[in-house]
Parts: sequence; C-alpha cells; structure tokens
Amino acid sequence: MKAYDYHKPHTVKEAIDIMGGLENAKYIAGGTDVMVLLRQGKINPANLVSLRNVAEISRIDTQNGIRIGAGVTHTQIANNEFIREHYSALADGAGVVGSKQIRNVATIGGNICNAAPSADTACPLLVLDAEAVIAGKSGERQVPVDDFIVGPSQVALEKGELVTGFVIPAFGDRTGSAYIKHARRLAMDLPILGIAVRATVKIGGAQAACRDAFKLTDVSDIVKRLEAEGLVLEDVRVAMSVVAPRPVRARKAEEAAKGKTISEKVLEELGEIAASESKPRDSFRGEAWYRRDMVKVLTKRALLKSIERMTGASSMVAPSRLW
Amino acid sequence: MKKEITFTLNNEEVIVEVDPKWTLIHLLREVLELTGTKEGCGVGECGACTVIVDGEAVNSCLYPVMEVEGKTVATIEGVALPDGTLHPIQQAFIENNGVQCGYCTSGMIMSAKALLDKKSDPTEDEIRTGISGNICRCTGYVQIVESIQLAAERMKK
Ligand SMILES: Cc1cc2nc3c(=O)[nH]c(=O)nc-3n(C[C@H](O)[C@H](O)[C@H](O)COP(=O)(O)OP(=O)(O)OC[C@H]3O[C@@H](n4cnc5c(N)ncnc54)[C@H](O)[C@@H]3O)c2cc1C
Ligand code: FES
Ligand code: FES
Repeated sequence: MKAYDYHKPHTVKEAIDIMGGLENAKYIAGGTDVMVLLRQGKINPANLVSLRNVAEISRIDTQNGIRIGAGVTHTQIANNEFIREHYSALADGAGVVGSKQIRNVATIGGNICNAAPSADTACPLLVLDAEAVIAGKSGERQVPVDDFIVGPSQVALEKGELVTGFVIPAFGDRTGSAYIKHARRLAMDLPILGIAVRATVKIGGAQAACRDAFKLTDVSDIVKRLEAEGLVLEDVRVAMSVVAPRPVRARKAEEAAKGKTISEKVLEELGEIAASESKPRDSFRGEAWYRRDMVKVLTKRALLKSIERMTGASSMVAPSRLW
Repeated sequence: MKKEITFTLNNEEVIVEVDPKWTLIHLLREVLELTGTKEGCGVGECGACTVIVDGEAVNSCLYPVMEVEGKTVATIEGVALPDGTLHPIQQAFIENNGVQCGYCTSGMIMSAKALLDKKSDPTEDEIRTGISGNICRCTGYVQIVESIQLAAERMKK
C-alpha cells in the first residue's frame, strides 16, 4: 500500500477547501469501501480527506419531511424510530448492509457515492423521492438521487464536491414503504436482487378493515379483502437493484399502477411490467431468468408489505424473514 | 511522515507515533504487540479483527489509525480483570465449548461484549444479529450463541 496523508476537517467548508488544494485526493467516510479498495491496490490516492469528524453532516433533522446527513451510519438509520415508521424502506435497506461492524461505521453518503449496482440504500432512496444535497466551492445544489447515480461507481459530483445529506419529503399517513433484499444469506451477502416499493393509497372503506385483512394467512385472500375495501393505488414507486448497471425505477409499472383498485390481476400485471423493465445478467449470484422472475414475486410482496405497514398492521419486521 | 496520536486503550492512555496509512489492527498487532486481535481476511468480511471503539463493535482491519485519536478502544486483552479473573463471556465460552480452534474467538467475544454492554437481556435473534459479522469455521455457531446466552444470564445476577 502506498503512503498517503490523512486530513481531518471539522466543517464542510474546511473539507472543500482542503480538497481544493490537493492533488490525487479522495474523500473517506466510514471507509468500508475506500479501505478495501486501498488494501486491494485498486486505488492509490496520495491524500484521504476524512468526513468522519464533520458534525454538520452527521445529523438527522425531522422538519418538513426529513434530512439525513451523508455521514449518518447505517446503524443510526436502522435504529431511528422516525425513519422506521415513516420511511420504512430506508430502515430496511440500512439494516441489511453487511454486518453489525460494517453498519456501525459505514454511512449512507458512502453507500450512494460508491454507487454499486447492489447498494442497499439506493432503491429505498429512489422510491422515497430523495434528493442529494451537494456542496462545492460555488455553493450548494440539490439533485434527485435518480439523476445523481449515473452508473457503476459513477455519480454526478464535480471535482471537490461532496454530498452533505439527503432530503426526503413528508408523505401522509396513507403511505407505506418496504425494501426486500433477496440474498442467499441474511448477513454479509450482496443481494441477488433488491426491490423497494412505496405506495400511497386511498381507502374506500375503513382502515381498520384493511388492517384486519393482514390477519389472513393466504395472500390471495388478503388481496381480495383489500379489493373489497376499495383500496386504490394512488401513487406507487418501484425501484430495482442488481438488474441493471445501476439501481433503477420501474417507471412503466409505476405509471400502470396509478389509480388502480388493488386486485390479484393488477398485482400480477405490475410484477410483469417491472420484470419487463429489468435487464438482469447472469452472474454467480443468480441467473438472469431467475432474477427477472423474482422481480415479479418481490414487487408484489414489497407492495403488499408497504400497504401492511401503512395500515399499521405490523411494526418493523425484517421483510426477508417475514416472507 | 509519522504523526502522534493519543487515545485510550483498555483503560490506559496511550501516546504513540503512527503512519497515517496504518489501520487500527496494524497498530495493535505489529506496534503495540497486542496479538489477541486476529486478522483473517483484512477486508471486513470475517470479523476476526473486531474491537470496540467508543462502545461500538468495528472491524479494526478497516479502521484508519488516524481516526483513533481521542477515542476509547477495547480489545480482547482488556476484557478479563487485571488479576486474571475471566469475564463472564470468556468463562461461558470455555464452559460451553464456544471455542474450538480459537481463531474467531477474540472477535466473537468483542461482538458479544458490545451487545451485552448495551443490552443485558438480548433475544436469540439479537444475539445472532450481534455476531452476524463474525465468521466461525469450527463450531457451527450453536455453542457460541448458547455461550452468550449463558453469559447474559450470569451477568444479570
Ligand atoms: C464486508 C463488507 C460487506 C458489505 N456489505 C454491503 C451490503 O450488504 N450492502 C451494501 O450496499 N454495501 C455493502 N458494503 C459496501 C459498503 O459498506 C457500503 O457501500 C457503505 O455504505 C459505504 O459507506 P462508507 O461510509 O464506508 O463509504 P467510504 O468507503 O468512506 O466511501 C465510499 C465512496 O464514497 C465517497 N464518499 C463517501 N462519503 C462521501 C460524501 N459525503 N460526499 C462525496 N463522496 C463521498 C468516497 O470517496 C468513496 O468513493 C459492504 C462492504 C464490506 C467491506
Ligand atoms: S480481518 Fe477484519 S474482518 Fe476479517
Ligand atoms: S473456533 Fe475456529 S473459527 Fe471459530
């Protein structure tokens, strides 16, 4: 490993200034991607600029939606009651990154800026309409995460810029979300497939009746009950990871869901459309045909899980274990 | 280009010269000669290198040494009492066959300690999540989980 110098700024401004004066420098947050790349000799920076001591990007603010600092760790996100309740998909995603030790230091900013096709917080941020807040020499700008992630290891950052955090709007109490990481093991494994869904719904009947639907044990019975209660999918988001060079939204499926009353047929259709929008490849973690088939299955499950959470039927349960 | 850092290691203040490119495990094993902490994979996958920094279990193989400044670090060497009396977690691992070859054991015990320090009465699920970053090739984990349960019971008393 080549020698490098290690800089520890305490403010965003200081970080940008230090970065501006250095050649061949890289930001480091939790270091769980950077340190691995360094040790493998895949990167050789002369300088690391640490964001770990920048307090202003390590906070969670819950006014008008939420603002999550880029330096917030996955452990902090997964344990945050407000996020678990209102932005469940993100708590799901952060809660299944790597292992306890990794989550204790790895940050959401690092996960998004590293831009792996399998990044576990990417799909949740996409379905939650999150925007990345970026700071640079010339000030601050805000970019939807969907535009921020460009491709594998590629994000829309100009030289010297850093992400200070992510802002997510407030969704009313008719919204639920979920992320399902489909992997061979519950820990220390990258997903074969990741699916996040957010659903904002309108209920004809009583919310309590929808809640009761989830006491049934057969999925088709649950859907029939919800259909009978006139549950309408007002606004749905679907995002998929590991089916393309970057995590992507299934926009056609989202569009098709708009205004539909829930039914088995509608759920099947949404899964089919999302699968048709995926472009998975064969890899040792799973074959393309299998991934595509699982898009159908998991889109449906994540949608039902979102609705279940919206009705308040279940508290946070790791979806991989529930289903 | 050495730099001086100060931190607390197993309840003692340490002042040491480090190279900024070191990781915490390098400082512990190669410089301070505390070889109880093991290195397995060196890239965050196995947990053999687990130590506790400011109350949280972390992989010392990925921890930049420059971030240790001002922090409180606990390693396996500081887990037993100074007179040699073993910690209840260590005792339980011995009695319950939580140790076979021993390579994963320091890391397992540090993960278990980080968990029990926060939560004295964890569920089996919480224990399994607590050690989810620690690979053991020998035991099959059952005895390890039971050892932690036994330690938790004894520590409550
Ligand atoms: C054993 C192991 C298991 C893992 N398992 C998973 C997993 O299951 N799921 C998953 O998604 N990931 C996993 N990862 C990858 C990694 O832990 C995550 O991507 C993590 O969130 C990265 O965060 P970090 O703070 O450690 O980033 P760092 O390594 O510090 O940085 C990552 C990249 O982002 C840049 N960066 C960081 N913060 C900022 C910022 N604020 N502004 C601009 N650029 C920034 C850095 O320059 C670097 O390019 C795993 C890694 C390891 C070692
Ligand atoms: S040596 Fe650190 S996790 Fe394997
Ligand atoms: S006892 Fe041998 S690896 Fe765990």
